[in-house]
Amino acid sequence: MAEVALRRGSLDRPALYAWLQAYGVYVGVAALLLFNIVFTDHFLSTENFRTQAVQVAPILIVALGMALAIGSEGIDLSVGSVMALSTSLVALYLGYGPWIALLAAVLGGVAVGMVNGSLIALVGVQPIVATLALMVGGRGLALVLVPQLEDVRDPGMRALGSEDLLGVPYPVVIALVLVLLVAFTVRRTTFGRQLLAIGDSRPAARLAGLPVRRVLLCVYVASGVLAAVAGFLATARLQASDPTSLGTLMELSAITAVVVGGTPLSGGRVRIGGTVAGAVLIQLLTATLIKHDLPPSWTQIAQAVVIVLAVYAARERGKR
Amino acid sequence: MSAANTRQQGAGRPGTGSHGDGAPGKGVLGKGTPGGGPHGPGGEGVPPAKHLSSDHTVPGGPSARAERLSAFAQQHGALVALALTLLIASLSFESFAHPGNLENIAVSSAFLAIVALGMTFVIVSGGIDLSVGSVFALGGVLAAWGSRHGPLVALLLALGVCGAIGLVNGLLIARARLAPFIVTLAAMLGARGLLLNITDEGNDTFLVAKDSLFADLGRGKLLGIGVPVWIMLALFLLGGLLLRRTRFGQNVYAVGGNEDAASLMGTSVSRTKVSVYVISGLLAGLAGALNAAYLASGVTILGQGMELEAISAVVIGGTLLTGGLGFVSGSLVGVLLLKVIQNVINQIGSLDSAYQQVVSGAFLVVVVVVQTWLGRRRKARLTSSG
Repeated sequence: MAEVALRRGSLDRPALYAWLQAYGVYVGVAALLLFNIVFTDHFLSTENFRTQAVQVAPILIVALGMALAIGSEGIDLSVGSVMALSTSLVALYLGYGPWIALLAAVLGGVAVGMVNGSLIALVGVQPIVATLALMVGGRGLALVLVPQLEDVRDPGMRALGSEDLLGVPYPVVIALVLVLLVAFTVRRTTFGRQLLAIGDSRPAARLAGLPVRRVLLCVYVASGVLAAVAGFLATARLQASDPTSLGTLMELSAITAVVVGGTPLSGGRVRIGGTVAGAVLIQLLTATLIKHDLPPSWTQIAQAVVIVLAVYAARERGKR
Repeated sequence: MSAANTRQQGAGRPGTGSHGDGAPGKGVLGKGTPGGGPHGPGGEGVPPAKHLSSDHTVPGGPSARAERLSAFAQQHGALVALALTLLIASLSFESFAHPGNLENIAVSSAFLAIVALGMTFVIVSGGIDLSVGSVFALGGVLAAWGSRHGPLVALLLALGVCGAIGLVNGLLIARARLAPFIVTLAAMLGARGLLLNITDEGNDTFLVAKDSLFADLGRGKLLGIGVPVWIMLALFLLGGLLLRRTRFGQNVYAVGGNEDAASLMGTSVSRTKVSVYVISGLLAGLAGALNAAYLASGVTILGQGMELEAISAVVIGGTLLTGGLGFVSGSLVGVLLLKVIQNVINQIGSLDSAYQQVVSGAFLVVVVVVQTWLGRRRKARLTSSG
């Protein structure tokens, strides 16, 4: 589409914005990589790439669920709190073994997703409000279960957080498997097509006889489960359960990753590749600012600017 | 004039109360009446037993009384709940009705109420402002920092910066047509970042001089009641007049009710939208400044979750999240209800702030479910009778 813009001699703005929305994120990632390679010391090392990849994994996993919610023309603000709830449940149930702890965490995610999904699909509450209620209530619940930071000591969990499978850290392997799973679901299954149809036009989907309520319910349960898995992995990596701060502002990172990746907020389309790149972009942005000794508050400001720019770029396309 | 307006004033006239689709403007209302005429006045003659089940099925014969009841529940349910809660609380806890405790509730309500006032304008206009918590904290820190140069500098600094954030929000939402929640979510992040930046990542604390004129804004008393409460009451009076008695207020209802219709009627949609976000930013900043004066310091961690409390209060107060319908006094009642419940939780003692979060989250869920249900009933009635 950029070629079209150039061939006409004048700037074809809508086409340019559309191109930016779809592929701008890859340009951004490339630019940040280039900047770091040139200006950041010790950036080109296996150790650094490993660290970055492990840190991007939870953002990416949460963003996958967020992509599904946004694709259905919804949003899930409760994901950060689900991570907190997940880490609390892990601390509570690790005594029965890591698998039981994982099961408890996932069931917690299912429960939150069911509440979100029921409110949105059955009662008809706006997604922002339904998930905002659980954003606050969920973290409260996590803190009721485990009031402060607790060490998590389990050899299995430590291995999961710090060891490799064929040279790739476990969290990254799990994130990639989930990426493939979600991409397959969106592209190749009936559920995925129904999800996109519902996101495109809810009334049309209803008239066409699609199971709108069931699909929406599944979307929010999926988002809850993915956030819970991210919380489990983060707990394994930190070897601690920290419901106070784990997952704070994760909803923003996830939304940024999805939106920067070219998934329109108006629903009807999901870009998984873009979401992966979006998550990488956020992680690189954070790492770049930290490595150049800028305080964390700059990361927040930069992220706010990036999210507004991304939505702004997407706007022209929506208006056409 | 809004539908809410009509319904409140015409409580005794069921005919006019039945077409509460939030469509603003005299012309729109005039056209919307045909369904209301035939069955409205006859509502008194319909036997009450038919109210619940026959609403959707009997064309032209749905009960106006059930309609009025659900409209009443939506508008004044919070007031009834507040009265009941006050009654039960003062009977259960001897210390509750103590003047000191009530004064505490009033002062702690004042800050949230001022924020909720701005949120009411935003929600009535059909938007949402998630940045108020961060802006509240930022306003507090800026005011505390500025208070060393006098109260005027403290207030102007807080109002200037927070109003500017509101302006940016409004411009991005109204002119660039970005989704309100994403813009204000970014502002929530940006304002918090700015706040951490000026306080050296939260390590610096700015204190307000105890005996300064600025501290009196938070700590002072007038007729035995805290100054913040008076300021809050004055602002609600002004806000109520602004929303109900001015052209600007009509525009806010019109934009929230139906943006396209409002635009066709000649309302300046984008100016109205920018204004409501500026109002919200200014009020959140002012509330933060007053809070800093009250606490005698700018506290960086304040305001987290405040957007939820403010939205809850507004929704509890009978303002529809879909816009076009609502009133400021309801938001005040909503804030009082939330604060009284928090006070009761504190009186029970064993419950900490984590439980408060759970309770306020659950509370919002219940209120929104009830409100959505009431709204849907009315809509179903409208379609079946219109």
